[in-house]
Amino acid sequence: MKNDIILSGVGGQGILSIAAVIGYAAVENNLYLKQAEVHGMSQRGGDVQSHFRLSDHPVASDLIPYGEADLILSVEPMESLRYLPWLSAEGWLVTNSNPFVNIPDYPDTGELMTEIKKVKNNLIVDADSIAREAGSGKAANIVMLGAASHFLELPVESIENAIRKLFGKKGTEVIDLNLKALHAGRDQFTN
Amino acid sequence: MSKLMLLGDEAVAQAAMDAGLSGMYAYPGTPSTEIMEYIQASRVASDKNIIREWSANEKTAMEAALGMSYTGKRSMVAMKHVGLNVAADGFINSAMTGVNGGLIVVAADDPSMHSSQNEQDSRFYGKFAFVPTFEPSSQQEAYNMIFEAFETSEKYKVPVLFRITTRLAHSRSAVEQNDEVKQNDFSLPSELRQFVLLPAIARKKYKGLLANYEAIANDDKFQKNNFYIDGEDKSFGIVACGLAYNYLAENCRREKCKHPVIKIGSYPVREDLLGRLKEECDEIIVLEEGYPLVEELMRGYPSSSYKIRGRLDGSVPRDGELNPNIVAKALGMNSLYGEEVPGIVRKRPPSLCKGCGHADMYNALNTALEEHGPGKVFSDIGCYTLGALPPFNAINSCVDMGASVTMAVGAADGGLFPSVAVIGDSTFTHSGMTGLLDAVIKKSPVTIIISDNSTTGMTGGQKSHATNRLESICEGLGVEKEHIRVIIPLRKNHDENTEVIKEELVYKGVSVIISQRECIQTAARRRKKEREKK
Repeated sequence: MKNDIILSGVGGQGILSIAAVIGYAAVENNLYLKQAEVHGMSQRGGDVQSHFRLSDHPVASDLIPYGEADLILSVEPMESLRYLPWLSAEGWLVTNSNPFVNIPDYPDTGELMTEIKKVKNNLIVDADSIAREAGSGKAANIVMLGAASHFLELPVESIENAIRKLFGKKGTEVIDLNLKALHAGRDQFTN
Repeated sequence: MSKLMLLGDEAVAQAAMDAGLSGMYAYPGTPSTEIMEYIQASRVASDKNIIREWSANEKTAMEAALGMSYTGKRSMVAMKHVGLNVAADGFINSAMTGVNGGLIVVAADDPSMHSSQNEQDSRFYGKFAFVPTFEPSSQQEAYNMIFEAFETSEKYKVPVLFRITTRLAHSRSAVEQNDEVKQNDFSLPSELRQFVLLPAIARKKYKGLLANYEAIANDDKFQKNNFYIDGEDKSFGIVACGLAYNYLAENCRREKCKHPVIKIGSYPVREDLLGRLKEECDEIIVLEEGYPLVEELMRGYPSSSYKIRGRLDGSVPRDGELNPNIVAKALGMNSLYGEEVPGIVRKRPPSLCKGCGHADMYNALNTALEEHGPGKVFSDIGCYTLGALPPFNAINSCVDMGASVTMAVGAADGGLFPSVAVIGDSTFTHSGMTGLLDAVIKKSPVTIIISDNSTTGMTGGQKSHATNRLESICEGLGVEKEHIRVIIPLRKNHDENTEVIKEELVYKGVSVIISQRECIQTAARRRKKEREKK
């Protein structure tokens, strides 16, 4: 088994919390993992990505080779397209539909959606609205994780445990909100 | 023992603490920052009383680490690759003095310049200084090698260089811990002139250093990091250094490589090991992250007809970091490629945060400079370097820590007026103060703007040595009191701030404008912490 995931977004959007949840869940399942992150200057509102590799065998490279990612999980629509060279022919692109506009020449949203829909396996999720319904717009990244959880080779119970672990210090209210966000995201796709 | 999920940086930090570290010294710099941060946050470090304060710059950090070693204790100093330029004097001469307690110098290189101004390869510093160098390929190897690095340092009484690169520094994986080593007791060097590099002593010490380097090249234990893995296809052999080995393994897909491989994890490399590959194979491909160090070594000069492939013949790109696909191509293996990035995807460069004080400072500076025209501003290393990009287009240089001040002085000498420097508070206490002293002594007509956000912002908000000290430092260095001006960079103060800058721009002597407002990221974190305390 191997699960190569590219997490993408804009600096400050919280892709590292998604990575932390997947990390905890992977450890619970005794999987090998490597996760390359971006720190430093590009975190300031620039494009950021994380290569996350899960496997039942030791992982060699910290970086995913082109054309071999099973999943692009993006919290921002334009950023989801930046990593298409990495996506495998059968891989899934799962993205938030809400643009993060901090550049003057941001493309037309309609055109972006057209490009995203050209990808064979795509799932576009209005994570911001779903997160607000679940109780807080801040949980949009967990909604996205929920939507993408169908394509992660991890039991959903492990992802729930990981959320309990990550948000443990913040109390039951925050945990419940994020679990609700996870499942609301998960409901966006049926096998 | 339990497994930890650690960044490469954190693996280095955890290992050092487990291996008997007594003092950690560093100045923040991507991708090395998390080493010190991890140790500072560690309860274990607190229990063990490990010294762990940031230093003013890499040179002071290096020298303090050497001082800790003088007392017989184990010390470590960490920096980004260009930080080693700042620390180079101390580093190279610490090889000459040798050490008492084990001393590790961690240099985190940044090939592809994700967050740096160049991609220099620190392994050359190891060679230059005759210092044994370690280059791990994984988080676990990094952890294990730190123990070995301390042992090597104490066995040969030399500092060791520990070279990592961005991909390892900032990639997370499981690490298994070793048994702990106790900290060394206090003990003075057995020879009290060991650290006195008077020429007569230095000449003797240099011969010792050279002999040492030779001995390390023939030390079986040290050379265990460099080993030969046989393969049946001898049409070419492969040398894989550090992280490059992972990319090779990735392409072999869990199977053994068909070709003979030498994995390199420490330098100097024993000559006969590389010689064996040359004898057995028709040609050799060298894979290394950074400059072609081993490739040049194997080619020799003048290069022989024997075929060595790598960065120098174009088999591997001459610049930039490696990845699995580059390695596949060099080995003549197929690799996949997904779809091209659609044309509508735009670049998204980093930008100053909304509400950042640097932005208000630049807006005021740009207005004040309108009447003087473009090309007058030297700047420095930090978040404010983003002032080079639109919408500000406000600065004309970013070279090395502190260069804004000194370049402004030199340009003023050459006739530039007004000549302006923009430097951050932490960069100023790192390397700007000495340049300001030059300016004061020459009465140079320069305007120095210290954009003081009271933190080391770009690397994530570490403590700045400058906080609450800038006015007294400038006064102490001899800047006239009436030309040390303090402004608060807020939009509502724009006109007032512009006036202050305008006044100082036309002053034909040294003026310093301290533009002072806390980094909004640091402020937000501070407020959050205060809330949590309540």
